[in-house]
Amino acid sequence: MVNPIQALGAFTLRQVFSAGRLGMFFIYTIRGIIRPPGKFWPTVKQIEFIGTKSFLVIGFTAAFTGMVLALNGYYELTKFGSEGWLGSAVGVSLVRELGPVLSALILTGRAGSAMAAEIGIMRIEEQIDALECMAIDPYSYLTTPRFLASIIALPLLACFCDVIGIIGGYAIGVGLLGANGGAFWYSLTTSVDWSDLSMGLVKSVCFSVLIVWVCTYKGFYAGVDEGSFGPEQVGRATTDAVVASSIAVLISDYVITSIML
Amino acid sequence: MSSENLIDIRGLNSFYDHRQVLFDISFAIPKQQVTVIMGVSGCGKTTLFRHLTGLKKTEAKQIVVDGQDLGTFSEAQLMQYRRRIGVLFQSGALFNSLSLAENISMPLKVHTKLAEETIRIMALMKLNMVGLAEFCDYMPSQMSGGMKKRAGLARALIMDPEMLFVDEPSSGLDPITAAGLDRLILNLKDARGMTVVVVTHELESAFKIADLIVVMDNGKVMAAGRPEEILENKDPRVQQFLNREADPHKIHMDAYYERLLGDTWRSF
Repeated sequence: MVNPIQALGAFTLRQVFSAGRLGMFFIYTIRGIIRPPGKFWPTVKQIEFIGTKSFLVIGFTAAFTGMVLALNGYYELTKFGSEGWLGSAVGVSLVRELGPVLSALILTGRAGSAMAAEIGIMRIEEQIDALECMAIDPYSYLTTPRFLASIIALPLLACFCDVIGIIGGYAIGVGLLGANGGAFWYSLTTSVDWSDLSMGLVKSVCFSVLIVWVCTYKGFYAGVDEGSFGPEQVGRATTDAVVASSIAVLISDYVITSIML
Repeated sequence: MSSENLIDIRGLNSFYDHRQVLFDISFAIPKQQVTVIMGVSGCGKTTLFRHLTGLKKTEAKQIVVDGQDLGTFSEAQLMQYRRRIGVLFQSGALFNSLSLAENISMPLKVHTKLAEETIRIMALMKLNMVGLAEFCDYMPSQMSGGMKKRAGLARALIMDPEMLFVDEPSSGLDPITAAGLDRLILNLKDARGMTVVVVTHELESAFKIADLIVVMDNGKVMAAGRPEEILENKDPRVQQFLNREADPHKIHMDAYYERLLGDTWRSF
């Protein structure tokens, strides 16, 4: 009778401890903005990794997403004689939802997993301990540049995703399926306004914070709880990072949408 | 050579969760001398090392450094302490994305306002000391384990620390390179008055460089003293360690069968 209660108590304490540690990790990362070492060049380097090198995969995803949206949307709108509003359907879907969410999920898989793995390997090879012993704040050196880079890069990637997706939608809707080009742009420009764009940007910023926070946290503490530092712990940390940050993105997407709509 | 103590360890106990790994450790580390902490694998040497470098939290009044209680250090005080020490980890702990020169230079870039060229010269001087000057632009992945360890030592020395902590310096090194490291450690003590703490299980190296030897077993200090005192120590476990004698092979039959057969054994 006592053991299940003990187990539940121990589990609860572990979760509370982890939540507290996660919170303190975020605070230390923010504090790292004003602490040495300097942030400019490390942040630029991370922007190149997170942002520039994601252009191709996000562009590819955005193009095909826009194309599929147009394909599905055209046939459904034709039933109501409203194919002229195809531009609105594609534009609003991309700008409000698909642009920020898809770019965040791709970023999680590409850059988030790399962050978790890289920092996890540093943990198991005692490189984080070495930073601490050199009196260098490991949060300031490792996580803060990634945090700043992600906040800058992800909204830009989301905008890029929107543009390429709309072009893809236009190519299929107008070019292939024969929708009216003028109607496409008219419905797009009248339907998509600043409230949609701001929702997309707010989502992108929130997603970027969540992705970096979760992924760098998982890598930073890889193996620490088990007291065992090896490749298995890095692998597990990377997987957990991608899964947890993906779930966080999807949940926060719903929350932000419900608040801003 | 000063005989006063730089670090006093008084009744240090250490735990991982509920498992105690250090039991009432007490000894003093003298200033400007080489202290070697030895013992079998799993005796608690690395845990003690982590306490001394501030990587593991210490309770109050258990470790006193230069009159200050390490257990009550604020974050700022801990950072100040770490600026006084250099640490060489067992694997070198070099940063994979930086070249050798960039690795060595990092503490100088963060903690000083020296010009880039001056920093590079200082890094090259330290690399020269460990015989790696020609490899300054190599990446860690291009180097052997021994080279990484020597590079780690160069990085530990770049700020000319007062205290140097070295974890298993000779492990993975060939005898010639290991002898070179031993000589370097002795030079650091003699020429720079550095206090050096070495964690190792290499007997030959330990007796060559140590002014004080501490022998640990099962989380306790078995013996502490000058090398000649350790050699004359009558404790059987100390003698077994010094003579490199294997533990006698004992099998407790009941426990052995239970491990093999589990519940089936209990039914016999």
